[in-house]
Amino acid sequence: MNYTLWIILTGCLVGVTCGMSGVLLMLKKMSMIADAISHTVLLGIVGAFFVSQSLNGLPMLIGAAVVGLATAFFVESLHRSGIQSDAAIGVVFTSLFALGVVLISFIGDQVHLDTKHALMGEIAFVPWDTLQIKGESYGPVAVWMLGTVLVLNLILIAVFYKEIKISTFDPQYAKLIGVPVAFVHYLLMGMVSLSTVASFDSVGAILVVAMLIVPGATAYLLTDRFITLLLISGVVGILSAMIGYGAAVYWNVSIAGAMASATGLLFLAAFLFSPKHGWLMKKAKQRRLAANS
Amino acid sequence: MDFFSVLGFDANTEWVLTGSLLLGFASGTIGSFVLLRKQSLISDAMAHATLPGVCIMYILFQVKSIPLFLIGAALTGLLATQAIQLIIHRSRIKTDAAIGIVISVFFGFGIVLLTYIQQHFGGSKAGLDTFIFGQAASLVKSDVQVITIGSLILTMIAALFFKEFKTVVFDPAFAKGIGLPVRLLDSLLFSMVLLVVVIGIQMVGVVLIAALLITPPLAARFWTEQLGVMAFLGGSFGAVSGISGAILSTTIDHLPTGPMMVLSASFIFFLSFLFGSKKGMLPRMVKLL
Repeated sequence: MNYTLWIILTGCLVGVTCGMSGVLLMLKKMSMIADAISHTVLLGIVGAFFVSQSLNGLPMLIGAAVVGLATAFFVESLHRSGIQSDAAIGVVFTSLFALGVVLISFIGDQVHLDTKHALMGEIAFVPWDTLQIKGESYGPVAVWMLGTVLVLNLILIAVFYKEIKISTFDPQYAKLIGVPVAFVHYLLMGMVSLSTVASFDSVGAILVVAMLIVPGATAYLLTDRFITLLLISGVVGILSAMIGYGAAVYWNVSIAGAMASATGLLFLAAFLFSPKHGWLMKKAKQRRLAANS
Repeated sequence: MDFFSVLGFDANTEWVLTGSLLLGFASGTIGSFVLLRKQSLISDAMAHATLPGVCIMYILFQVKSIPLFLIGAALTGLLATQAIQLIIHRSRIKTDAAIGIVISVFFGFGIVLLTYIQQHFGGSKAGLDTFIFGQAASLVKSDVQVITIGSLILTMIAALFFKEFKTVVFDPAFAKGIGLPVRLLDSLLFSMVLLVVVIGIQMVGVVLIAALLITPPLAARFWTEQLGVMAFLGGSFGAVSGISGAILSTTIDHLPTGPMMVLSASFIFFLSFLFGSKKGMLPRMVKLL
């Protein structure tokens, strides 16, 4: 497989992994938690570097997962102590992100970890960092990591499909019939943290946030069915990655930024032209009704 | 100014420190209103959205001109908040998702433009990178003048219309009843938030400027329940965060200014969270005993 295809595959994997877990958060009105986690993961990665003195996958995964869950925990505790939730999110993620950025500036130039990397990622370098087993190369590490997380997410969604669906749409009823709502909540947070961590290193904070929030919202404008929602969200993620890559190559600009912009374009299209929920379509329908009566 | 020269800072640094002090005060004060109106995250979206505006101005005019940059920043910042309102009112998307969409798409597009500028105009000359995390050390006197004068004006307006703003924030219906121009005051407050974001991005950066609006007033909230005291205390916390962040980042190499200011504010918040006389953890535990 060549260079370009690896990058596109990585982008698509980010799109489908984040898109599917993000839509679950959106339905629970927790999109901004996704925004917060994808910023604070930086602190986990930098922290793992200080502890292990390397940029290896495993310590980073652990560090990032710990900080991701800590973010969710801090936001919830502040909220419970009486702070309105938007401010709680704001104060937690800006603090942890600022700490991560400041710590990065102490690392210096010897490692490829800097603030620019944190925001935009290094998707262009993904194909060079390959998985080596006994001297054989088995494709980029990032693809393996994302692939693993995607499969794990799919298994979890498949196994707990009913529980997730019920506790998302009607938490009260779910509690009543004995669905472990708190467990499902932390299951989702875990899925989001994992997806974020696996994506962060290759595509950076911007694109993770975009892929977690925008494809889900786009899908929500196109369908009312849960399973279709998950599917469309994944497909929108993949399309955004492909369109974004094409545009980035054409204009020679940031790949992550272009993919994020592409999610915006697809959202705009759904916002205007979705058959059922699109703004222009609704307007046209109203006009037709007015004309008929 | 003499105070700073005692500490051994040169003239340019004195300017920067004064600017950071006043900017911190203005954002802490205005942030108090933002907090009570539950618009903290909207201000974050506004801040992220200023990046494409700055870049578009550079692409259009190809000069490094701070006034032009700030106009561009204000325009896309405004566009972003309009987009959020449009999404909420014209579709089934809820507020938090709408904010997230606008933040990531506008900022992502800003990064696209930034890399475009670097490719086509050799944009590192333009110093646009510093808009992301802010760099106090790169500010020149005229930049700081914009920040200083802007912050002073904003603080004065906040003080002047304090009573009216208070009524509008707490009880819009009552405000209308006693004949206050509610919509006008609303827009004024909104413009003040936009302005503080726009003048602050050079020093604090688009990614974290919203923290200066959110954190200091939130810290103040642990000490008082009166809006007047909260606004003043929030302002003071903001001023302390601003100046200590600026001092640390100018005296220690490589430390980015914005994140240092935010960390200072977070530290004050943490102390307030523990010890704040009204809602702090310790006083509450003592009361329970």
